[in-house]
Amino acid sequence: MTLSGAAASTLPGAQAPPQGPVTGQPRLSWLRRLMGSEDARRLLSCVLGLLVLAVMTGPEGSASAPLSGFTGSLFHLRALVFIGLGFVLWAVITLRRRFGERARQASDWVSSAPRRLVTNRQARYGIYLALLAFAVVYPMVLSQFWQNVLVDQIGIYVLLALGLNVVVGYAGLLDLGYIAFYALGAYSAAYWTGALAVHPPITLNPFWAIPLAILAAMLAGVVLGAPTLRLRGDYLAIVTLGFGEIIQIVATNLQGVTGGASGPASVIPHFSVHVLGVHYRWGLADLPYYYLLLGFVVIVLVVFHSLENSRVGRAWTAIREDEIAAESAGINVLKYKVLAFSIGASTSGFAGMLWASQVGYIDSTLFTVQLSILVLVLVIFGGMGSLPGAVVGAAVLQWFPWFLRVHPLFGFQQQDLFIYLGALLIVMMIFRPEGLLPSRRRKREIGLAEHGIGTADAMSEPGGEP
Amino acid sequence: MSTATIDVPHAARVEGDLITAIENLTLSFGGLTVLYDVSLNQRRGEILAVIGPNGAGKTSFFNCLTGVYKPQEGSIVFHSRSGRTSPIVGSKKHPLLVRALEPGGIVPGWWMGWRAVNTKPHRVNHLGIARTFQTTRLFNALTAFENVKVGVEARQHTGPIGAMLRLPRTRREEREGDARAIELLDFVGLRERGNELASSLPFGDRRRLEIARALGTQPELLLLDEPAAGTNPAEKLDLAQLIQRVSGTGVSVLLIEHDMGLVMSLAERIIVLNFGRVIAAGTPAQVQRDPAVVEAYLGASHKPVAGGEEGQ
Ligand SMILES: Nc1ncnc2c1ncn2[C@@H]1O[C@H](COP(=O)(O)OP(=O)(O)OP(=O)(O)O)[C@@H](O)[C@H]1O
Ligand SMILES: [Mg+2]
Repeated sequence: MTLSGAAASTLPGAQAPPQGPVTGQPRLSWLRRLMGSEDARRLLSCVLGLLVLAVMTGPEGSASAPLSGFTGSLFHLRALVFIGLGFVLWAVITLRRRFGERARQASDWVSSAPRRLVTNRQARYGIYLALLAFAVVYPMVLSQFWQNVLVDQIGIYVLLALGLNVVVGYAGLLDLGYIAFYALGAYSAAYWTGALAVHPPITLNPFWAIPLAILAAMLAGVVLGAPTLRLRGDYLAIVTLGFGEIIQIVATNLQGVTGGASGPASVIPHFSVHVLGVHYRWGLADLPYYYLLLGFVVIVLVVFHSLENSRVGRAWTAIREDEIAAESAGINVLKYKVLAFSIGASTSGFAGMLWASQVGYIDSTLFTVQLSILVLVLVIFGGMGSLPGAVVGAAVLQWFPWFLRVHPLFGFQQQDLFIYLGALLIVMMIFRPEGLLPSRRRKREIGLAEHGIGTADAMSEPGGEP
Repeated sequence: MSTATIDVPHAARVEGDLITAIENLTLSFGGLTVLYDVSLNQRRGEILAVIGPNGAGKTSFFNCLTGVYKPQEGSIVFHSRSGRTSPIVGSKKHPLLVRALEPGGIVPGWWMGWRAVNTKPHRVNHLGIARTFQTTRLFNALTAFENVKVGVEARQHTGPIGAMLRLPRTRREEREGDARAIELLDFVGLRERGNELASSLPFGDRRRLEIARALGTQPELLLLDEPAAGTNPAEKLDLAQLIQRVSGTGVSVLLIEHDMGLVMSLAERIIVLNFGRVIAAGTPAQVQRDPAVVEAYLGASHKPVAGGEEGQ
């Protein structure tokens, strides 16, 4: 809410009554008294901020009616929704200010409740099984539309977020070209299934293309990571940003191979199994694809969970905390960074591969930098370094625009997506910087950083003498 | 070079079963020479102390020894217990010409296959040298136990595949690592505090935790950078006992310390640095009597400005 902040700072001047004879204007002195209250000022800035958001995301004006952008958003039922949201925001801020410490304690108490209540292993596995059963059964009762959202928008992005979580959350590296590996996976799938103009030595079933797509993305990750991860912090972000652009431009310009912006001429085949007399083809229906994705996501979750609580995961935490201390404790920092980077890259490639085979069609315009940023937002929103965070963050944030879309009152337009996400992220950073479901380690880091011990941000150089 | 009455080169370069041999080390940052022609040896099992006024170059010396700084000249050789001799800084024969093209890779005789060696800090640790830092550097968001375990795991072999699939070897190493970490916490007297966050420990405990983490990497040589700085007298006594016990397990100790009482009671030999030069070396009794040392210390504390800075 930088907007509301800006509004708040300009308010006293804008709303100040004229410095004339006040006695003759009782109405204005009433206003002044009201505005003297901090709560009222804050309420006004919240509502104004949300109204600005309403105008920004509202209908566009046209040359013949230049003001219709404003009138269309402000004199419309939609404005009421945003004013209501402004009140909600104000209530949250006010409650937090009044009961700050206690509110925080309460929210910690709630979020740590599962950990306290479920202490034995059986109960924990029981809960995992119940969640899994829910994930299996619930989509069956959903409409065609939501099933499609579940596969295209949520399933794939959960996988992407899980991969980026290794890079950003575990190892603390900022990767802004994450989607490049997704593109590599997708094009590998297209190549090995014979959809591109250049043909592979042998055409494979998409299932056999999975390891090859993963390998291609992993190799790209190592080749890109090994030289750049020697450098500190921000360089990696810049190099990966460039790499993302390069991959997209190469995919566009390599018309003869990739089909460029119009995509390959032939369709990428769907998954199919032919084992021991069982023949099954994943067709256009979404539900079978959902179960395939669910299976892969569960495998990735189990594997990454083991990784997090292993020698490797602890080494990543050590590097994130203090690189120099980690090095002198015998940790090969470069090796572990390249490892995290390439594990992230291969997960991204895997997701790209799955997605390409599901939609059957790819083109170079899909792999934009915005998509990389989106996945990063999912990870930050969910809580860096936390597997449940990555899953829930991706699911909630990817579901959210579709929720807005099906409720006409919001008047959601696709091109405004990042305005909403930006606003949401700002609110998030103010109230819960550690993310929705933070990992315990990350939460501690942020807590310590707030008290001035260490940095929660692995990008910056650790302080002190070497 | 020096005004010492005892023969400095002789006392700094001892004979016998050496663990490190440091020859003519020179380190400078731009125009500032921090270490000048430093030569010294350490015997295996010895507790050796490096003392000197503030800014003498003691920490820089440690940083050279652990591969953090790259000295311009000189050599450091580490002799491991197994009989292997590894240069940390210096040159050795390496067939690849590429190595000569690395920054600072050209050394005399490069055309005969001699290449510069600058061992990375984690490699130095693997050779058998562990260290602590003047300002403790713990992993603050990890518990005391996890801090030690990171050190212990430096000697383990679980890779990403093993970790992902929780292979039998991974599980075995995990159990062994847990046991070893608890053992080490016990050794430094922090067993009860294993589950506390490193950042929440009192100062003296942080120092000891850092020692436990360093010991976890199974070093043959332990470098301690002012371990007693900022601790109270009781903690100092504990620390002296701890260092004695570490030494008792066969680990050589190289100690930087300002507290003279501690140094005199622990060290078998003392090296005195001043302005990057070795000005004296010998047994505690010899060093105490050395006029160059007296002058370096008294000279420093006589000047009011330098004395004021010493209090920082
Ligand atoms: N990275 C560096 N860049 C530039 N100068 C440095 C660097 N590191 C150390 N120095 C300089 O080297 C000199 C020696 O520093 P060093 O930290 O080794 O002293 P010290 O003997 O450990 O002192 P203290 O007792 O205060 O810890 C100082 O003048 C310091 O400013
Ligand atoms: Mg120092």
